[in-house]
Amino acid sequence: MEIKVLGPGCSNCKRLLAETEKALKQLAQPATLVKVESIEEIARHGVLRTPALVIDGRVVMSGRVPAAAEIAAMINTAATPEIPTQVADRRGR
Amino acid sequence: MVFAGVLVTWAIAYECLPSVAPWLTFRVLRLAPHSALGGAVEFFSYEAPKVLLLLVIVVFAVGILRSFFTPERTRRVLAERGSGAGTVLAALLGVATPFCSCSAVPLFIGFVTSGVPLGVTFSFLVSAPMVNEVALVLLFSLFGWKIAALYAGAGLAIAVIAGLAISRLRLESWVEPWVYATSPVLAPSVDVPLTWPDRARLGREAVRDIVGRVWPYVIGGIAIGAVIPGYVPQDFMASVMGRQVWWSVPVAVVVGVPLYSNAAGIIPIVQALLAKGAGLGTVLAFMMSVIALSLPEMVILRKVLTVRLIAVFVAIVASGIMMIGYLFNLVL
Repeated sequence: MEIKVLGPGCSNCKRLLAETEKALKQLAQPATLVKVESIEEIARHGVLRTPALVIDGRVVMSGRVPAAAEIAAMINTAATPEIPTQVADRRGR
Repeated sequence: MVFAGVLVTWAIAYECLPSVAPWLTFRVLRLAPHSALGGAVEFFSYEAPKVLLLLVIVVFAVGILRSFFTPERTRRVLAERGSGAGTVLAALLGVATPFCSCSAVPLFIGFVTSGVPLGVTFSFLVSAPMVNEVALVLLFSLFGWKIAALYAGAGLAIAVIAGLAISRLRLESWVEPWVYATSPVLAPSVDVPLTWPDRARLGREAVRDIVGRVWPYVIGGIAIGAVIPGYVPQDFMASVMGRQVWWSVPVAVVVGVPLYSNAAGIIPIVQALLAKGAGLGTVLAFMMSVIALSLPEMVILRKVLTVRLIAVFVAIVASGIMMIGYLFNLVL
């Protein structure tokens, strides 16, 4: 699992990094944690608010600093493989 | 239930304040009623808790209101509009959408690459930092609602003028080229449906974040504002910042540009300057210049704007602020 914390270096971004590290320690989830400070790369993810959290390439949260427990929940959701659901197409084309 | 209890406590505290401050100053501390120190302490012990109480409730309420607006939604709305109405809408949305100056650059890139016109984006970027709830609370608390409303109106007007001017001048080529080369990646919407408990939590987070960051400046500013009336000669300011001095407005704006402060710190000082004879227009111009034209934000924006564009932007906003300053000095 690859987790990126996007932020140009303000205090909120540093707090997000700290809370994410705490969450990872609680979960004992193996993951690489990267802090992205380059504006170009942050913009390429399409986020409008920093700090932002990206798990395995998907932006899961932007614009606030959730507590470690909430981040842990997001990591868990991302780690659980999705069960494919059959959606019946009732429109009958 | 808890919420109702908190509100009632807040209301009681707020109502008691006008009587607590003189009691504390003149009965408990036994300071002489018309002394400089007595005046300063009474002012401080009334204004400081009053402003903090107001800030807490307003930031909480605005935090909840803001949960209905996201930059992603704002961008979608603005990308569908043309320049004219879009500029006005952008100024209004700048007030409502949550904005932190560290997000200025990603937001700029995100807006501009998604088809939001340059002028519209600038209108948003001017109104967002300037017309914020902290500034309005402080202005309301120290000057009354009319001045707060005038400030909000002036801020919106400047945002719209700046946006329209920049779109007329067709300065798109003065944006750093790599910005437009960034392909618009619309991040999958992080617009999670929010419940009312979620919104209340966002309100509380806003209070913890904003008031938690800003209260030292409020206390410091009010302390300075408390001391100036007693210790600085009356009308000292009139000679430098008074309305009769025609150059006071431009000087105020120019002095404000390199200064960087948030609204919380500067407004209480501004209040004292006013009491000492500074013209209202001059003082408001100074305040807007400090808040809207901050050197650190210019440095950050240098990553996406050429120096020429930054210069034009600063010139337009500074001129707008100066016009407002002169207008207020004349009219009020």
